[in-house]
Amino acid sequence: MTDLIDPPVIAAPGAPAIPVVHEREEHHGHEEHGPSGILKWLTTTDHKIIGLSYMITSIVIFYLAGVMALLIRVQLATPASSFVTFQQYNELFTMHGSLMLYLFAGPFAFGGLANYIVPLQVGAPDMAFPRLNALSYWLYLGGSITMLMGFFVAGGAADFGWVAYAPLSSATNTPGAGADAWIMALALTGFSAIFTGVNLVATIFYLRAPGMTMWRMPIFTWNMLVTGILILIAFPVLTAALVMLFADRHFGTHIYTVVGCHTTAFAGHPSVPDPNACGSAVLWQNLFWFFGHPEVYILALPYFGIVTEIIPVFSRKPVFGYKGMVFATMSIAALSTGVWAHHMFTTGVVLLPFFSLLSLLIAVPTGIKFFNWIGTMWRGQIRFTAPMLFCIGFLLAFLMGGVTGVMLAAPPIDFFTHTTYFVVAHFHQVLFATAVFAGFGGVYYWYPKMFGRMLRDNLGKWHFWIMFVGFWLTFIPQYILGLKGMPRRVAVYPSDLGWQMYNDLSTIGAFLIAASFAIMLWNFWISWRRPIPAGNNPWDGHTLEWFTTSPPPHHNYTHLPPIRSERPTWDYNHPDALVIAHGRAAGGNGHGGNGHGGNGSGGNGSGGGGARGTGSAAPSGAAPA
Amino acid sequence: MESPSGPPPAPTGARGPEHGTSRRVRRRWVALGAVVGGLLLGGCQLPAFGAYRGVTTQGQDAFKLWQGFFITGLVVFAIVFFLIVWAVFRYRRKSDEMPKQTQYHTLFEIVYTVVPIITVLVMFAFIFVTENEVDALNTQSVTVNVTAFQWGWQFQYPGYDVRVLGVELQDPTMVIPAHETTRIYLRSADVVHGFYVPTFNFSRYALPGVTNQFDLSPVTTGTFRGQCTNLCGLYHSLMIFQVKVVTPAQFQAWVHQQQHAPNNSDSIAAAKRQIAQGNLK
Repeated sequence: MTDLIDPPVIAAPGAPAIPVVHEREEHHGHEEHGPSGILKWLTTTDHKIIGLSYMITSIVIFYLAGVMALLIRVQLATPASSFVTFQQYNELFTMHGSLMLYLFAGPFAFGGLANYIVPLQVGAPDMAFPRLNALSYWLYLGGSITMLMGFFVAGGAADFGWVAYAPLSSATNTPGAGADAWIMALALTGFSAIFTGVNLVATIFYLRAPGMTMWRMPIFTWNMLVTGILILIAFPVLTAALVMLFADRHFGTHIYTVVGCHTTAFAGHPSVPDPNACGSAVLWQNLFWFFGHPEVYILALPYFGIVTEIIPVFSRKPVFGYKGMVFATMSIAALSTGVWAHHMFTTGVVLLPFFSLLSLLIAVPTGIKFFNWIGTMWRGQIRFTAPMLFCIGFLLAFLMGGVTGVMLAAPPIDFFTHTTYFVVAHFHQVLFATAVFAGFGGVYYWYPKMFGRMLRDNLGKWHFWIMFVGFWLTFIPQYILGLKGMPRRVAVYPSDLGWQMYNDLSTIGAFLIAASFAIMLWNFWISWRRPIPAGNNPWDGHTLEWFTTSPPPHHNYTHLPPIRSERPTWDYNHPDALVIAHGRAAGGNGHGGNGHGGNGSGGNGSGGGGARGTGSAAPSGAAPA
Repeated sequence: MESPSGPPPAPTGARGPEHGTSRRVRRRWVALGAVVGGLLLGGCQLPAFGAYRGVTTQGQDAFKLWQGFFITGLVVFAIVFFLIVWAVFRYRRKSDEMPKQTQYHTLFEIVYTVVPIITVLVMFAFIFVTENEVDALNTQSVTVNVTAFQWGWQFQYPGYDVRVLGVELQDPTMVIPAHETTRIYLRSADVVHGFYVPTFNFSRYALPGVTNQFDLSPVTTGTFRGQCTNLCGLYHSLMIFQVKVVTPAQFQAWVHQQQHAPNNSDSIAAAKRQIAQGNLK
């Protein structure tokens, strides 16, 4: 694949690139040795191949879960539909939610994109623990297959919702093996996530290239660092809770069950009913949401990172308020560990004001991010490519999801919207904004780097616009349904309440979204049939990954530019357009730039051996103070 | 709220005409604010914004909070939406000129941090007051023990020796008096259920092992539909019930009639056995 690329050599780079090849691999450069073809994919420890495996697997799962969503929407298109049975319906929404949240949105971001992009962005040859990385992927794949196998066991797949509230998930109420497959699948993917979290954190802390200080890391990498730490906080709790659930189901413990508790039978004494032997049903909810709310930000922060990569590149400006944005990410992460009970306002057993206030406060750092994104576009030169359109779609979609989220943080409002379609609309808006708008924006953005070929931009725009219309058409009616009192997870609803029209609109929107994703498949297909070579740096990118070839060689870099800001590739290509720190107009910067940019300004300079270190070759004043 | 809407001010007068535009825009926002504020202060009937106005006093309190939050949310949404769309259209690529590489603007950053914090704290104050009103326990005149089970409801009136039991398609009706306070003790016989009456703007979980209590003080009579909101297994979709709010006199008459009704001895266990045998499907 590598020889597809013939990088255009540009004249007059800002500073000589630093060769790294001589130190790392004396004799044989960056040629990859080892098996090829399918064996390479099965045995690899290369972060790029593992990242691609993650992304391909999770996108397949995304399509599967999408088909389940369509079946759900067909069922709800008429009030008393018998398209699927109650049992099948419960299985469908359980698996739709589980696949989307556990197996797509998270693994796609921190297993796929982060795996591929983070080592490139910090100038590392691979992840810190390549074999652990491979183990993560195989655990994830095994877990995904285990969960899907639920459909083929007696009793069908898990049917207790993706939150598996105890005691509905007990052996009495859900006896089937599908539930056990679901629990084991999450244990497997939970360990996969924990290992990836370890790997990400270690890579970012220890494998940064010389010059890549923490304050020069791209925001995507920053967000992945914070996500990695959140994974280490949240996922062990989930895995532990699942082990206890499994013990309740099979080993006779009473950790979450309340009904039918008995003392243990021992010699001569039969077991008798004993309320003191009982567990607590709400304990599951506490443990689950202690994982579940950080999980929401584990699913969101990587995608915020993607948006923060794309908007500056297509506005031709640095990220506005870079440090403020990093602090905002950290405060979101810190607050997210203290808001889990806002999923439990209607249980009547949580301290409402505490969780309400902390939940509201999350709006502040999220708002800061919005102003950062807008400030980045402000006075830029915005190019409306497909990735940028997806990011604008993200901004608008997440804005509405965020505003309704603030409403839900008010317990009295939550009391009448909780577990209705209002909540369904809210979390679909935020998750669709992040995992779908931003996520597939990231696919359009990094695809040229991963495969050395462009996706068709006009097809990408068709994808965007059809999905954008479908998105609003699907979820706005669901807000209205929720306010009218339609509960979630119902397979049928009364016909005399006027709910059908809104459900029908929602169903039409869902099919529009599905159509838009057919276009994306076509786009992938055509990029393989008739490739358009991408060059190293088709977007005039800012960060290190745009400095190497597309796709990057084994161990990523033969040369590195001097790293003096969070945009080393940009600084290298535009030495006369460095960041103006703190709004002060610096002489010679700014207007009247050199008009580089546009397609094909490849950044892989052929410059020879410049000295490493903070020598005079470095452009001065590039680092934010 | 206008303060975050401004761009970082241009350092020189080179962009004079745009200054005028942003000032005009700001003036337009002030005008809009005046209209919305006037509506609020005037106390006239604001739209319901899709929600129910509330049959109970508790529901009406929640509804007022909803109105306030909806308007606040709308204003925030409008400002940020406008900024996004403005930036997208105004700063679309027109030339190859290199944009100014600005990264920080300290004053602007402080403003867009502090203003949201203040907004959020004010909103929290309103939440705090309302949630105490909604959750307050007053002196009740009627008590109902509500038990949710797979899949139905039992309403038991401890003072009157009356019990209503209904499963699946035979929606049971909970009768309560208007203009009086009814205390609900909510329990579950098996899994987690949700007691939800949309027009009351209220729901609460029926948690196994926990007795939840809350007050309902309806102000109008009528029949209102309720439904289980928390997934509780196969027939979750069918766990519907009715709440009938009647005058206190009608309530007494109903109680008297029920006390002499014959079919008062079914138990939840018997109902669940029937369901298990598929007699009700």
